[in-house]
Amino acid sequence: MSPVLKRKGEKFTLPSKYLLFILTIVCLLLVVLTFNTTIFSGPLGTVAGYVVVPFQDGLSKIGSWLNDRKEELVEIRDLLAENEKLKQQIDDLTIEITGLQQDKYELNNLRELYQLDSQYDEYDKIGARIIARDAGNWYASFVIDKGYEDGISENMNVMAGSGLVGIVVDVGPNWAKVTSIISDNINVSGKVLSTSDDLIVSGNLELMKEGVISFIQLIDEENKVVEGDKIVTSSISDKYLPGILIGYISSISEDSNNLTKSGWLTPAVDFEHLEEVLVITQLKQTVEEE
Amino acid sequence: MKRGIITGVLILICFVLQCTVFRILAFGGIVPNLLIVLTASFGFMRGEKTGLIIGFFCGLLVDIFFSDVIGFYALVFMYIGYTNGKFARQFYPEDIKMPMFLITCSDFIYGFICYLFMFLLRGRLHFGYYVLHIIIPEVVYTLIVTIFLYPVILKINYHLESKEKRSAKKFV
Repeated sequence: MSPVLKRKGEKFTLPSKYLLFILTIVCLLLVVLTFNTTIFSGPLGTVAGYVVVPFQDGLSKIGSWLNDRKEELVEIRDLLAENEKLKQQIDDLTIEITGLQQDKYELNNLRELYQLDSQYDEYDKIGARIIARDAGNWYASFVIDKGYEDGISENMNVMAGSGLVGIVVDVGPNWAKVTSIISDNINVSGKVLSTSDDLIVSGNLELMKEGVISFIQLIDEENKVVEGDKIVTSSISDKYLPGILIGYISSISEDSNNLTKSGWLTPAVDFEHLEEVLVITQLKQTVEEE
Repeated sequence: MKRGIITGVLILICFVLQCTVFRILAFGGIVPNLLIVLTASFGFMRGEKTGLIIGFFCGLLVDIFFSDVIGFYALVFMYIGYTNGKFARQFYPEDIKMPMFLITCSDFIYGFICYLFMFLLRGRLHFGYYVLHIIIPEVVYTLIVTIFLYPVILKINYHLESKEKRSAKKFV
């Protein structure tokens, strides 16, 4: 009896062995195809965007609501005690503010004179909310509720507060996938703000739990870089805009080759409690490769 | 037909829960793997074919949203579903030990494969660290969630099966 043409009533059934084989081939083809091109992410992303994203949107709201309630219960007692203390502080601070306000006027005037703008005002940004996080435990990527219909495209930089969060790697009509810089497969080229030495910031799963990111290949011959120095994105990166704060050096050590240094940095963004992010709609200018 | 729709909805619910609510309620940044529970339990309840089809779709969903390439997770989930289907003959609805054991093994193997292809091949050699901090916590958390999720899946399957049997009898 042929296994493929087995009769079961009048229905034709494909034995699971063959189905497994066929689907394995399909999967492998897909892996190879999507490794080199992006033909499928468009249509699949659109379908998924309309089927899954509305649920994620709603449920993540419920999830954060639950989490808020949980935290509220814990915090309510502390808050009462704190309230008393803070009321006292308000009085002290009001007096202080009056003094500071006068200084502020002076500062504003001086700033205008120097034409110092605040740090990132030159970039246009869109706010977006995180609606889902990575389904596994290996990487730190997440999905936001804005897509190409809102003007978001691939390789746009994502910030939260004053620091760099990551980069948009995939866009659907109403969603976009962001891979954060703490993710294990991400490297960002950065520089030390004070000395302009270049380095590579490299995400690492082992350090993710400790709240730090590792950096490597810092060339600092004069030993000028110290702990606490600011690290910003470098201008030689082809995807990241220059001058966005990544974090502060928390420890530094010399590599065994005596040429480069490596160490840890504390990111400027609290990745554990990320809810809203800002997407910079300006892309890094690149030279067209012909 | 009805089975297909209900299973599809179940996959969707598990996926959405896994990357929203459970993400926020995660202990130490670890989420349970509901999709493995779903794939494995349908595997040993319904056989190889159902297992591999459900695995394929679960994996595909993860691929579209969270993977660099499409097809990797689909492949992993599919084989897990298929392998669990091999145990369909030893399956009794009353027995909880074997399902728990199979789901634990499935999740551990899933973690191991993920490490192998996504980390070891990039030169991350601290296998011990990844086992202790990612794979084992995930297995434990998944196991705890299984205690609540598995009876629900079992009940849904029982319900569908008894309906199918009834409608089959009508035609005979």
